[in-house]
Amino acid sequence: MSFVEYSEFIQEGDVAIIFLGHDSMMPVKVQQGAQTQTRYGVIRHSKDLIGQRFGTKVTCSKGGWVYVLHPTPELWTLNLPHRTQILYTTDIANITMMLELKPGSVVCESGTGSGSLSHAILRTIAPTGHLHTVEFHQQRAEKAAEEFREHRVGHLVTVRNQDVCKEGFGVTGVADAVFLDIPSPWEAVRHAKNAMKRQGGRVCSFSPCIEQVQKTVEALADEGFQEISTLEVLLRVHDVRSITLPLPDFGSDQPLETPTDTPVPSNASVLCKTTTPPRDMAGHTGYLTFATKPSV
Amino acid sequence: MADNGDNDSQHRVNEGDYVVLKRGDIYKAVQIQKKKKTVFEKQWFFLDNAVGELYGTTFEVVTGGTLQPRKPKHVESSADAKEAGTDNRNILDDGKSQKLTRDDIETLKEQGLKGQEIVQQLIENSTTFRDKTEFAQEKYIKKKKKKYENSVMVLRPSCRVLAMMYHGREPGKICHLRYDTLALMLTLGNIHAGSKVLVFETCAGLVLGAVMERMGGYGSVVQMYPGGGPVRAGVESFGFPSHFHDTLHEFPICHVNALLAGTLDTEAKNIDAGVRLLVIASRFHPCPVLLGLIKFLAPSRPFVVYSQYKEPLIECYTKLREQGGAVSLRLTDSWIRHYQVLPNRTHPMLLMSGGGGYLLSGTTVATDTLKMGSTRGEEPAAKRLKLTETTDG
Repeated sequence: MSFVEYSEFIQEGDVAIIFLGHDSMMPVKVQQGAQTQTRYGVIRHSKDLIGQRFGTKVTCSKGGWVYVLHPTPELWTLNLPHRTQILYTTDIANITMMLELKPGSVVCESGTGSGSLSHAILRTIAPTGHLHTVEFHQQRAEKAAEEFREHRVGHLVTVRNQDVCKEGFGVTGVADAVFLDIPSPWEAVRHAKNAMKRQGGRVCSFSPCIEQVQKTVEALADEGFQEISTLEVLLRVHDVRSITLPLPDFGSDQPLETPTDTPVPSNASVLCKTTTPPRDMAGHTGYLTFATKPSV
Repeated sequence: MADNGDNDSQHRVNEGDYVVLKRGDIYKAVQIQKKKKTVFEKQWFFLDNAVGELYGTTFEVVTGGTLQPRKPKHVESSADAKEAGTDNRNILDDGKSQKLTRDDIETLKEQGLKGQEIVQQLIENSTTFRDKTEFAQEKYIKKKKKKYENSVMVLRPSCRVLAMMYHGREPGKICHLRYDTLALMLTLGNIHAGSKVLVFETCAGLVLGAVMERMGGYGSVVQMYPGGGPVRAGVESFGFPSHFHDTLHEFPICHVNALLAGTLDTEAKNIDAGVRLLVIASRFHPCPVLLGLIKFLAPSRPFVVYSQYKEPLIECYTKLREQGGAVSLRLTDSWIRHYQVLPNRTHPMLLMSGGGGYLLSGTTVATDTLKMGSTRGEEPAAKRLKLTETTDG
C-alpha cells in the first residue's frame, strides 16, 4: 500500500480505511496481533486484515461487518487526525487543476498543517515530482514528516520547519507551482516568486477573509504576477430520496345520493424519486486566488 | 537544483506545437504553423514570431498581422495626481461626451496607433473624463483597453486552460461540463501516474486528455467509444509528447457484452488486467454505461460519473444501491463564483455560472453471495468478472 500506488493485498504497516456505513469511516494502522474496536465488534488485524484484499468485507466479532478500503488522499482527508483546520476535497480538486499539477511537478507549499492537501499533491506529482512543504510549528512539522513516511511517500517530499515569510521555502528557481495557506500570505509572495522557476509558474493563495485576499492580490500585482483571479467553490450534496406525496381528493363530480352520505376519502398518493438538499451545507471555506508568474 | 539558461528549450514555443491563445477571458487552441494565417477575436495574424519565445509571453498584433513581443508593462504610477471628480451627480449620459467619431478612430487605427495610444486619444477627447471619479476613470480605461488593445498571450496547453476554453467557446461539445466539475472528477477519481483508467466520454476528448495529463505518460488509459471510432480532437490540443499515445488504447462498446461473457478474444488484452479507475462523461444515459463498465473495476476503486442532468444520476444511484458493490455514493454539484478584487471595490462578479453539471461518485467494494443469517439488507450475487490481477496500480 502507498498513497500514490494501488496494491491488492493488505500488509502489516499499511494504513487502511475501515468503512462502517453511511459516511462513517476510520483509519487503521495494520499491525500483527493488534485489534480494532468498532461498533460491530472487534477486528483482529492478523486474522481479518493481513493478507485480505482491499475492498473485501470483514466480519467483526459481534457478527456485524465492515469494508476495508485502500487509502486515497480523498479518504485520508475525511479521516485524518486534525491538528489544524484542513482543506477539503472540493478546494483541493480546484487547486490541483488551476495550479496545473501533474506527474513531475515541483511544488512548494506552506503551511503543511495536517497534511490534507499535501497528500493530494503527492498523489498527483508522483513518481517524478517533489513537494517542498514548510510548517512553522515544530510538532506539526514532525507529525507530518512521520505520516509521509508511514504512508510510503517520504521520498517525494521535504518538510522544513521554518517561517516561510522570513526564510522562504528553502529552495529557489525550482517550483512549477506554489501554494500558500498562511495568515499573512502577502508577506510570502516575494519568496514564492523566488522559489518558482525563472520561466514561470502558477501560484495559489487560500484565505478565509476577504481582507487577506485584498492584500495578497495587491502584493501579487506589485510583484508582476499576471492572470490574477479570485474565486470560491462550494459543493452541494443532493440526498436521493423516495418520497410519497398524497393527492388531494376533490371528490366526485356526481351529486351525492343522499345528503347524509359522506364521500369516502381516497388515500391516493404518488411516489417520487427525487433529491433533497441537506439541512445545512458548507457555506464558506476560503477564497482561492490564483496567478501566473510571467517568464522573465 | 537551479535551472540554467540553456535548458530553456522545453519552455519555448516550437513550430508544430499546439498552443492556446488568450486575450482576457477568451481562449483559442491552435497549432503553430509558419506562414499560416490565424484568426482570433476578429483579428488575422501570423504566429511565426512566437516561435523561439517563452511560453506565457504576451505579444502585440501590429499592422501587417505579425506578432511583436510586448515589453514588460511599466506599472502605472498611481502617484500621478489625476484630475477627478467626487461623484456622478452632474454627469449627463447623453452619448455626446466622446468627440472622436467612429471614422476618426478607424483613421487612428490605420495610422498604426497602438491600442494604448488610441485609449489615450479617447481620454483626451472625452468631455466628461475629468469629472468622473478615480474609480470610474479606471473602469473607463479598463473597458477601452479591452476593446482596443491588440495583445495576445501564447499559453502552453493544459487541462485548466483547455477546460476553460471549451466551456467558454463550445460548451455543447463537452456536455456543458464546467471546469471545476472536471477538476472534481479527476481528483475524486484518483487519477494518477500508473493508473489503469477506463474512460467513456463524449466531450470531444477533453476529459480523456485531462485524464492523460494527470497520468503523465505512466499507466494506461482505455477509451471506450460508441459508434465508428474514438473522438480525440481535444486530446490533440494538449500537445502531449508522442510516447503518451503508447498508453492510450481504445475499445468499442459494442464488444463490451462479449468481453464480459468471455466470448471475445482479440482485443481482450487491452483491458484484461483489473482496470482500476472509471471515468464517465457523456451524452448517453449514464445508468447502463455505469452498470456495464463498473464490472471491470477491482474492489476498493473510485468511480465518477458526470451528467449534465440530475435525474439520470438519481437512477444510477438507486440501481447501485439495490445492486450493491459500491459505497460512499454521493450525488453532488459544484458551485463557483469569481470575484473582482480591487481596493474599496471588492465584490463577487455580477454574472456567475448557473450550473456545471452533476457528479455521482463512489467506491467499489467486493460483492459476494448472501451469507446465511446476515442481518444487513439484501445483496444479490453479482457476477464477478475474473480478472488477472497485477500489483502495479
